[in-house]
Amino acid sequence: MVGLLLRRGAALLLTLVAASFLVFALTQFSPANVARETLGAYALPEQVHILSEKLHLQDPLVVRYVRWAEVLLGLRADPLDDPALGLHIHDPRGARYFGNFGYSTLFHEPVNDIIWSRLANTAVLAGIAFAVIVPLSMLLGILAGMRPGSRLDRVLSILSITMTSMPEYALGVILAAIFAVWLKVLPGTSPLAKGTGWPLASQFLLPVAVLALYDSGYVARMVRASMIEVLGKPYIRTALLKGLPRRRVILRHALRNAMITPFTVILLQINWLIGGVVVTETVFAYPGFGRMLLQASLFGDIALIEAATLVALFVAVVTQLLSDVGYWLLDPEARG
Amino acid sequence: MKPPFPARSAADAAAGAVARAAEQIDRPSPSLLARLPSSRIAMAGLCLILFWVLVALLAPVLPLPSPTAQDYLAMGHPGPSAAHLLGVDTLGRDTLARIVWGARIVLLVAPVSVVAAYAVGCAMGLLAGYCGGWVDLLISRLADIILAFPVVVLYVILIASVGASALNIVVAVILSSAPAISRIVRGITLGIVRKDFVAAAHLRRESALHIMLIEILPNCRGPLITDFCLRLGYTTIMIGTLGFLGLGIPPPAPDWGGMVQEATPMLIVFPLMALFPALALISLVLGFNLLADGLNELAQKD
Repeated sequence: MVGLLLRRGAALLLTLVAASFLVFALTQFSPANVARETLGAYALPEQVHILSEKLHLQDPLVVRYVRWAEVLLGLRADPLDDPALGLHIHDPRGARYFGNFGYSTLFHEPVNDIIWSRLANTAVLAGIAFAVIVPLSMLLGILAGMRPGSRLDRVLSILSITMTSMPEYALGVILAAIFAVWLKVLPGTSPLAKGTGWPLASQFLLPVAVLALYDSGYVARMVRASMIEVLGKPYIRTALLKGLPRRRVILRHALRNAMITPFTVILLQINWLIGGVVVTETVFAYPGFGRMLLQASLFGDIALIEAATLVALFVAVVTQLLSDVGYWLLDPEARG
Repeated sequence: MKPPFPARSAADAAAGAVARAAEQIDRPSPSLLARLPSSRIAMAGLCLILFWVLVALLAPVLPLPSPTAQDYLAMGHPGPSAAHLLGVDTLGRDTLARIVWGARIVLLVAPVSVVAAYAVGCAMGLLAGYCGGWVDLLISRLADIILAFPVVVLYVILIASVGASALNIVVAVILSSAPAISRIVRGITLGIVRKDFVAAAHLRRESALHIMLIEILPNCRGPLITDFCLRLGYTTIMIGTLGFLGLGIPPPAPDWGGMVQEATPMLIVFPLMALFPALALISLVLGFNLLADGLNELAQKD
């Protein structure tokens, strides 16, 4: 177990390094340029050139990547910090500290001032969605998987396939049209601001519904498949032939084993949720991490993209690790 | 039935399930596609897909205005009318014509990119499973790193950096899908690379390329057919999502996701403008997903 954790920890570190380099290399294709963005659209080419020289933007890719990594690790001050540049941007945490993601050229603020509050907003949204997805998909999946081929199974299966066929943005537009435009019972936008005429809680309903419906369909299919597989096992037949009531067999004998695969799938859904929030937050103008990532990508804000990618990857890889540990604990066969 | 190798992680468990499915394919059975009509779900999906294929093929002969022609008089009342059955968009372009011509784009870009991703993914998976050793380690690590990315995040960063175009969307789909495909193919290859018929091919002194493509790859067919349909649906969703985020096929091409995005600011006044392209996309994805589900069910009956 300890060996597993150590190995996975090392793999996590390797993934973060490789992925951050990949993103760094990708953003080189972007026409956006840190010097141009810092100075704004009306700076003269000469001014941009001077700042590029000062920031050493002409250095090879690897040199710049190492410099970025040194800033992140607190070994070096961000080149944009230099007061001689006259940019008037300042990080209250100091020039050199561990976890310094540099300055966002989009917001003209330290990345650390921007990213964590948005992440908290997204965590709230994703948390509520998750709390809906788990029971909903369990219920749909177990009901459908109990009697495969029955009418209930057919109806629920088609329902969950339809749910997975609705992309978040299409679902968002449809729900907003129904509940915000025609019925006028819910706000069609969720800026999390007071004074919009809608209570704060009501601003969560549509985004959560979009995230939850799309994902629940998929997880419900997994639960159903797992349920059917377990119900086909000999020990279930034994229990039934012993004369135990079907309800008891399902609740006591089948359910626990049928939950092993869905458990890991559900944790892996967090990876999907991170992607889902990009779209959902954009649809509803929710001030979260996903919308920020999209804005940063469209603007070419390299520091913010890097930081957001690292955070997203960290969350994704850690939940994957948790899912593996859970699988290891739940399934005796995996331990052998 | 015991999995051919102990499952140590969720991904391994999934690969194990796929490998078990592969074992079942060994014995000859009537082809999946021949038994397709016996599944009502698969047929329903196929009908939806064929409907859109037909629409896409017939686009030039249908009596519709050009998808980029603007009707300035209709802009005042963009709702459905006799002249424009599904109304017009914010620029006065006929919604029905744009949906019909948009079907051509999505039905071209999605299959092309998925097939390309399959070519790359199968090559990676076969090499990893057949060669083993450091080749396997390298390919698997690379796949792990890319699969760790939340897919939408990968797409957004990639397309935002290299620019939005049909070709770049294909590249993005290859980059994000090939590792997942390679993982499936690798799992199956590992399960059968030690079988007798592969050893026999070695004895016949067949080349490694022949063994991988002719002896091993056909055994991956079953699980891959289902995955192919699901991936088509998912790629269609992704192409639409990119369009919606402003990263899709550049205007004025009629892109379904882009149409929803353009109509979203008008949602309060003319909700139908955004609903029609959204419904078109949902119905096509539903077709792919229903077909995948029906195929899956047929494969399990074996």
